[in-house]
Amino acid sequence: MSTKAAIHHDEHHDHPKGMKHWFTTTNHKDIGTMYLIFSLIMFFVGGIMILGVRAELFQPGLQLMKPEFYNQLIGSHALIMIFAALMPAATGFANWMIPLQIGAPDMALPRINNWGFWLLPVAATLLILPFILALFGVGDGGAATGWTLYAPLSVQGGMGVDFAIFAIHILGVSSVLGSINVIVTIFNMRAPGMTLMKMPLFAWGWLITAFLLVATIPVLAGAVTMLLTDRHFGTHFFDAAGGGDPILFQHLFWFFGHPEVYILLLPVWGFMPQILQTFSRKPIFGYKAQVFSLIAIGILSLVVWAHHFLTAGMPVPALLYFMYSTMSISLPLAVLFFCWIANIWKGALTFETPMLFAIGWIILFGIGGLTGLVLADVAADAQYHHSYFVVAHFHYTLFVGGIMGIMAGVYYWLPKMTGHMYNEKLGKLHFWLTAISFNLTFLPQFFVGLAGMPRRIPDYALQFAEFNAISSVGAFILGLSQLLFLYNIIACARGGKKATDKVWEGAEGLEWTLSSPPPYHSFSKQPTIK
Amino acid sequence: MQFLNKVFFSLFLALSGSSAFADYTWNFPTPATPMALDTLEVHNKFMVIVCIIFIVVLGIMIYSLINHRKSKGQKASKATGPSTKSQIIWTIVPFAILLYIDFILMGIPAYHSVVFMEDTKTNADMVVKVTGLQWRWQYEYMDGDAKGIKFVSNLSTPQDQIDNKASKGKDYLLEVDNRVVLPVGKKVRLLMTSTDVIHNWWVPAFGSARDAIPGYLRETWVKIEKPGVYRGQCKELCGKGHGFMPVVVEAVSEAEFKTWAQDQKVKLAAANAGADKQWSKDDLVAKGKEVYIKNCAVCHQAGGQGLPPTFPALTGSKIANGPIFGADGKYLKDSHLDRLLNGKNVMPAWKSILNDTDIAAVITYERNGLGNSVGDVLQPSQVKAARQ
Repeated sequence: MSTKAAIHHDEHHDHPKGMKHWFTTTNHKDIGTMYLIFSLIMFFVGGIMILGVRAELFQPGLQLMKPEFYNQLIGSHALIMIFAALMPAATGFANWMIPLQIGAPDMALPRINNWGFWLLPVAATLLILPFILALFGVGDGGAATGWTLYAPLSVQGGMGVDFAIFAIHILGVSSVLGSINVIVTIFNMRAPGMTLMKMPLFAWGWLITAFLLVATIPVLAGAVTMLLTDRHFGTHFFDAAGGGDPILFQHLFWFFGHPEVYILLLPVWGFMPQILQTFSRKPIFGYKAQVFSLIAIGILSLVVWAHHFLTAGMPVPALLYFMYSTMSISLPLAVLFFCWIANIWKGALTFETPMLFAIGWIILFGIGGLTGLVLADVAADAQYHHSYFVVAHFHYTLFVGGIMGIMAGVYYWLPKMTGHMYNEKLGKLHFWLTAISFNLTFLPQFFVGLAGMPRRIPDYALQFAEFNAISSVGAFILGLSQLLFLYNIIACARGGKKATDKVWEGAEGLEWTLSSPPPYHSFSKQPTIK
Repeated sequence: MQFLNKVFFSLFLALSGSSAFADYTWNFPTPATPMALDTLEVHNKFMVIVCIIFIVVLGIMIYSLINHRKSKGQKASKATGPSTKSQIIWTIVPFAILLYIDFILMGIPAYHSVVFMEDTKTNADMVVKVTGLQWRWQYEYMDGDAKGIKFVSNLSTPQDQIDNKASKGKDYLLEVDNRVVLPVGKKVRLLMTSTDVIHNWWVPAFGSARDAIPGYLRETWVKIEKPGVYRGQCKELCGKGHGFMPVVVEAVSEAEFKTWAQDQKVKLAAANAGADKQWSKDDLVAKGKEVYIKNCAVCHQAGGQGLPPTFPALTGSKIANGPIFGADGKYLKDSHLDRLLNGKNVMPAWKSILNDTDIAAVITYERNGLGNSVGDVLQPSQVKAARQ
């Protein structure tokens, strides 16, 4: 098909204009953009919630809010950040980049793609609505149970728990639809010559994420449905007095919850080597080793869940099994770290914003990974468990591993998506502010946790005061720095220096062969991979 | 380093303009039990290991970041994996080191710690049952000198301190009305359970934390080596009072423990005897107010206005103003007494927590205070009879 014919083909569609276009679009790039914008909005919503929490924790005593409201904020912060900010960001990238990277014209199931996205705002509304209703005197606000919704606390909880349950159902449907789409696209729509073992690592990471989602979301859906019937229809799944077991909920929840961690991280692990490759101008190191490590981590993540509640009491053999299996995740993860660093080694490095984020990501995510290794130890875990040590640990994995990773991806692909270069100076400033204030926020939490501060408490003993004050200051700087990110994205979308097709000198891969921004039907002419 | 820390913190304190800050720590508190000592040793060892890994890897990265820059004229190598024999060795060595660290260097001490921690029964000297309630702890001594002693331990920090209306005491949020007293040098097996939601009984200096799960018994143990007061908190989110249910343990010598147990038994007997005497209305109301503030005010609020919809108001409530006994002299279902004894939904069953006098007193108070004026009196003997 000639270029002229391609243009003609594009024009042939009578696209609806305005909002109707966005409601009905089946184009992978449009939907990807919507996912990314939605994620960005929810990132700020979740962020504002936690700034309320950090403000309350700035000093001992209750200053700003009641403990009930505090508990609602921490749970909603987590649900929103995980399900409405991080997961949609990864799905947004999947929509945008998987067809471009494997040489496909679009995702395999475009209408399901559209539906998968439009379920999200509904679910997010359900998460936020109880807070708004409470303002008008209806109900008592959001779920005050933490995002884990542990029974029997959640059985006892107010209307907010029901909202959370339905939000989780809808988010789950959306994720499963998205996952099926990714799996079908990757298995059926790769360009000729692109074997699975030639496929970009991002597609690999997402393929494993998609399988994990399909495997675990139904378990979560089952668990919260059982919770719903316990709450309203007199069942006793989690009520010991009726022959049920409260710990069953924890098993079901974390059977989903642990793979969820990798669901959030695998897509980032996928595109990060690509960024390292681009800015060290050196081919990806140990491609096969990385693919097998990603698969190994995906499988291991399904069999280690109980390390999230080791203090609930388990037989010694079970404790030992979960300890050693958790420790063994460090092996494939170490292979990945090794490959990432080897990728930089003897490259010709330059430090544009995506590369800064990638390097900061490796270092800080390393702290998250290593503290995770320590946390696996059952005896010491009795101390770490549900203390601020754990809070610090999972923010080093999820904020850095997830969100900072996504930020690297945003800066890396933004010129390709918008056709404009972002402001490099502001980007670098955003990185340094984020990295420094992140450490200011979370490093003290390791110490305060070791000293004995439990998580999820609205008020604390005096010996924890200094660290909490530092942490709160850090959190506000961290929060405000993200306004730079927002500004940079908006400015880049509206204009700026024209981006070339290749954008980065060292960029490799099919997406960089297309124009910036790419044509409406990405590959009208099927590329061939040698 | 210590000096720098001090400088940093003094500077920070000066900036934040607050002087009420107590000591800070960087690591686990000083261990008071063999388990805590073991945990601390394991933790320190692991921390050293992971810090070494981190510094080595970071060092390699920083070397590369400084030296392998395009601006320094570095030409990118085209390596995509280890190819020569020495490179393959370089790849396998870190992997082997990690295997060794995971399963030998860390794995073996971790194994011994787990077995040590879970062995609650060998040579156990006494058993104490710990029950988590929203939001207090109940302790019951199951055997030995203190057998039969049972009491509830509530936060004793005044609400004014929490609301910043009074300056905060040294043990802010970590102080209780009744400390659980344990003898030093004895292996105490702690059985954990709960009556409502999951709690977690945690004293950092003991190195033991175990969930208290409704309907199940979980166990852990402590062997406190030095007399003293040890403080901790609930570690599993259990509702709005989660941050306000501290654990305070007082470790004493065996002789002191015996004396304490004797005293408690005398007090318990006196309290039980109180159940048989006739009380005046004023005495019951006065005692009832104390009981109410300690146990009920957290949900139903000090003035009885409650926190609807979860925690209903008592002022003007149907139950608190309705009849208690039916024509046959038995207490009615869903009456004031029924609700206190047996609980409903979020309301705990107080019959296992409060004695007859306390229940009679608090009911009398609620019916004649908090804006209610039913005018009747419930005698402890009537509560005692109702329990039969």
